[in-house]
Amino acid sequence: MSEIAATDALPKPKRDIAPLLLPVVLALVMIPLIGSASSWVTLTVASLAMGMMIFIMASGLTLVFGLMDVLNFGHGAFIAVGAYVATLVLLPLASWAQADSLMTNLAVLTSAALLSMGVTAALGLVVERVLVLPVYGQHLKQILMTTGGLIVAEQTLYALFGPQIIPLPLPTAFRGSFIIGDVAISKYRLLAMLVGFAIFVAIELVLTRTKIGLLIRAGVENREMVEALGYRIRRLFLGVFMTGSALAGLGGVMWGLYREQVHASLGDELTVLVFIVVIIGGLGSITGCFIGAILVAMVANYGGFLVPKLALVSNILLMVAVLMWRPRGLYAVTSR
Amino acid sequence: MMILSGDPPRSRALSILLAVIILALLATPFIFPGAKALNVAAKICIFAALVASYDLLLGYTGSVSFAHTMFYGIGSYAIAIALYGLGPNWTSVAVAVAAGLPLALLLALAIGLFSLRVEAIFFAMITLAIASAFLVLASQLSWLTGGEDGRSFQLPELLRPGTVFISKDWFGFPINGRILTYYLVLSACALMILALLRVVNSPFGRVLQAIRENRFRAEALGYRTVFHLTYANCIAAVIAACAGMLNALWLRYAGPDTSLAFSIMLDILLMVVIGGMGTIYGAIIGAAIFILAQNYLQALMSIASTAAADAGLPLLPGLLHPDRWLLWLGLLFIASVYFFPTGVVGRLRNKPGANR
Repeated sequence: MSEIAATDALPKPKRDIAPLLLPVVLALVMIPLIGSASSWVTLTVASLAMGMMIFIMASGLTLVFGLMDVLNFGHGAFIAVGAYVATLVLLPLASWAQADSLMTNLAVLTSAALLSMGVTAALGLVVERVLVLPVYGQHLKQILMTTGGLIVAEQTLYALFGPQIIPLPLPTAFRGSFIIGDVAISKYRLLAMLVGFAIFVAIELVLTRTKIGLLIRAGVENREMVEALGYRIRRLFLGVFMTGSALAGLGGVMWGLYREQVHASLGDELTVLVFIVVIIGGLGSITGCFIGAILVAMVANYGGFLVPKLALVSNILLMVAVLMWRPRGLYAVTSR
Repeated sequence: MMILSGDPPRSRALSILLAVIILALLATPFIFPGAKALNVAAKICIFAALVASYDLLLGYTGSVSFAHTMFYGIGSYAIAIALYGLGPNWTSVAVAVAAGLPLALLLALAIGLFSLRVEAIFFAMITLAIASAFLVLASQLSWLTGGEDGRSFQLPELLRPGTVFISKDWFGFPINGRILTYYLVLSACALMILALLRVVNSPFGRVLQAIRENRFRAEALGYRTVFHLTYANCIAAVIAACAGMLNALWLRYAGPDTSLAFSIMLDILLMVVIGGMGTIYGAIIGAAIFILAQNYLQALMSIASTAAADAGLPLLPGLLHPDRWLLWLGLLFIASVYFFPTGVVGRLRNKPGANR
């Protein structure tokens, strides 16, 4: 036993990098299987872009669960609402969106995204107060209440916007692709990757470098202790819930533009994907969620290219494989 | 008493309500002539059994499964594929039963062993994922399942509407294969519900309730909780598959929209909660209320919607449009989880707040 002097730095916690390497290894393994370099690059970019969008939607859900043990089955509703609100800006201002100028395009896109995030954050406030708070701590009722919320939200969207699919064309500046050699990279996918990565970095910085982040991480690990130290964790939780809802709304806008159409069933469709990502990543872990999202997107894209039939169940197979390896997800941060 | 496994409705109002529903179902072909009434009655029977089997999971073990429609769909498709592929005879029905039930059982066993070890919340998410994969699978394997269009098929001779047993002179309408099918559905569903009552009132059922109340304690008392939960999951799955088979026989059709869709899962949840979780009787009440609302409330809403449109009110016509009836049921659902979590049955048994 060696003596530890008081001046010594604390021992660094061991970094668990095996999950981080997983997407990299998966991408490298795929090179010989896919054969052509240009399709590999296209597929990899597509999966990274899709992964980032899913990450944006899933990050809020995983934090909300990790912090307060609340599983929001209505998370998909925020995604759908976000996409619909974006149509309110993008369709009336179609002339701006179709103008041949990057600045006006960006302005219109940013305002649509901000409005969506504002509306979904406000909705998050209402949902948290009305649906989640009364049944706090009761899993069964939480699932039922939030599922009820999903039904009501979806039906309200149908009532307000009609049951038809709303086309949502991309602004001019983000259509088409950059062509480098014989590799085509879609501009919008590049944008999605940038936005997603920026959000990941921002969340990580907030969590690791600020006091609020410290409290959130402490709350994920041990809620009672944080409360005992005198912090109002309920308020913190409300903030996280609203941020998570806003991020889901942003994800909805990006997904709607990616598909170039909006429909209320968007919520249902993505809920499943988002849940798989959250399970794979480990409930409550942002890094795990990030890797999980990329893995899911990679399996969907590579799998769809190599064995199209397999793509139908690839997500489930991925989930089973990950849970066999680590039963509580890639990073198990909660003690629950 | 024996037939109810010593678990009577325990409330006069509830007994009367149940008796009215059951008598109405029994007499439907005679007192409400017409195809629509018979369809509604058959749907109530099938859903009562399906919802009761879901209640075994949700109400008695406290685990939320979103894969229940998957088992329902397996039953439906087993009948449809067998009768479509092997021709309309009783051998095909037997083949469907012999293939469909073990498939549902094995799948339920696999899901249970894989995911019931963990918390309720994990189980809910995993079943949701598996069920959605199954839905995609069923609509993509079109050589087998008919894809989005589903499979229509012919029934065995005996059950066809063309087979007349008693001619029109007796009751003013013919007693034909359709009515025989209805009574087949009704009696099979009644049997399944009585069997479920037997299950939940057995020592096994008591252990399930103990697990629901406090899993850790049940385990500490020496019960293998994973075994019990998996067992319950398998029973529920087999009954759901049977209900699916009856559904296919009644509709002479199986497709994603009638047996696998996520919306059916939501309907089941609504019925369980509105009727009352953990009571089995709640399933009958919930199914009756929900399906009557589904079929007759829409007509009312349509009148209200046109009236609102004529009065020139904004927004209301859209909200009251008959296609939006689920919106109002969703609100009712939230309200009932919040204000009376014990459902109609719990209310009638007059024990508000009791966690049953």
